[in-house]
Amino acid sequence: MKTNEAVKNINTNSFTKMDKDYARFAVEVIRRSGVNIHRCWHCKACAGGCSFSKDMDYLPNQVIRLVQIGMKEEVLKSSAIWICVGCQTCSTQCPQSIDMAAVMDSLRQTAIKEGVKVAEPHILNFHKEVMNSIQRHGRTHKLEIMMRYKLSKKDWFADLDVGLKMLLKRKLDLMPSRVGHQAEIRRLFKLSRENNHD
Amino acid sequence: MIDRFHKFSYFPGCSLATTAKENNRSLHIFFERHDITLNELDDWNCCGSSSAHSVDHDLADWLPTRNLSLAPIGSPLLVACPNCYHRLKLSHMMLANSETARQQYEAMWGRAFDPDLEIVTFFELISEMADKGAFKDHKTGLKGLKVAPYYGCMLSRPPAMRHEKNFYGLMEKLLTSLGAETLRWNSSSRCCGTMLTASRPDIASRTIENIISEAECAKAECIVTACAMCHMNLEIRSKLPGKTPIFHFSELLSLSLGIGSGMGWFRRHLIDPRPLLRSKRLIP
Repeated sequence: MKTNEAVKNINTNSFTKMDKDYARFAVEVIRRSGVNIHRCWHCKACAGGCSFSKDMDYLPNQVIRLVQIGMKEEVLKSSAIWICVGCQTCSTQCPQSIDMAAVMDSLRQTAIKEGVKVAEPHILNFHKEVMNSIQRHGRTHKLEIMMRYKLSKKDWFADLDVGLKMLLKRKLDLMPSRVGHQAEIRRLFKLSRENNHD
Repeated sequence: MIDRFHKFSYFPGCSLATTAKENNRSLHIFFERHDITLNELDDWNCCGSSSAHSVDHDLADWLPTRNLSLAPIGSPLLVACPNCYHRLKLSHMMLANSETARQQYEAMWGRAFDPDLEIVTFFELISEMADKGAFKDHKTGLKGLKVAPYYGCMLSRPPAMRHEKNFYGLMEKLLTSLGAETLRWNSSSRCCGTMLTASRPDIASRTIENIISEAECAKAECIVTACAMCHMNLEIRSKLPGKTPIFHFSELLSLSLGIGSGMGWFRRHLIDPRPLLRSKRLIP
């Protein structure tokens, strides 16, 4: 598969000891994301196309650069990896076919796994609430996600107007729409837990 | 495809099943009018939305597989939400490319993997219907409406899906053939921000107000999107005075057949589109 090929093509024998420490992070990102980030030549097509790059501390190609030169902490603590919504605009525009969205996914997951201080804790909390909702019902229950998310943020009044409008238009169902075979959903979450403990 | 099938398995996704019920209804009614039956997958589950791929690789890969296993053999799976389509398609590709994953799939769901399952977006079906002339009797169905077609991120995809069909221009082609005037504008494929609308509303609002201002600059009277998530975000996150109405593509398609007024779905919009439609004499 492409992951293994990408890792195999990097000849670590030619690295000095210091190089190896730096290169290890890049190899890890390549292995986890399945994307050879060394193909990036920094044309910045990704940064230009991104709707949110101006809200990021590093541009998408800068995130790649930091990975290439092994600056792990800077990457994992960056806001860029959390502001990215994975819309794939950059992956589509990249002349080198680098799946930038997959790189961002793997960086977020590494940040969670290594317990680093996340730059955008609210975004992470929101993702967690969505996953909790899927775990409980098999589907997302928007009202519950928003209530729990607000609880974690301790911020009840921001956006109250939007929430009320949506309730009035009956856009937020009070009861969740649920999957019948809950055991099958539990099986999926068990698989994920087992793999993450390996 | 439309020569071979009149019945499709149907995956609505969480948004269309709940917050955007009206879009689900209009899609169903539209296809029914064209003798196409959509059978909702029995007991489907969430594809992982924009969160699973962000925080849990395994769930992003595997949540959609349960839906694939529920799809009856022999009829294509029609997906109403552009993001769900990506997730389902990527999981199907993962299974098609890996023997180990297929074994795991079969052990997990006790059902055989169907490598030939066709997963299609509703765009693909509508595009084929248009080619067969399904809309030629409704040339004035949307007469006089100036529309900015908004694709958001639905046309973007990972390199692994680069060779899948692309439907850029479909909304323009169809809406024009139905009598509407479609506009060229700057932000037709800028992402709306999906989940940032909840977790970073400051960023989402700015992005969305930019998108809507661009449409207004192009003299659009309304914006049409093909994604229920974009529809909601564009409606709730703009404080611009213009109050440009937002439609789901399926609503305008149904409206072109004269369906829409009295169905209750325009009433569920946060920005009421009825004054605009009345002024164009598209609804009474």
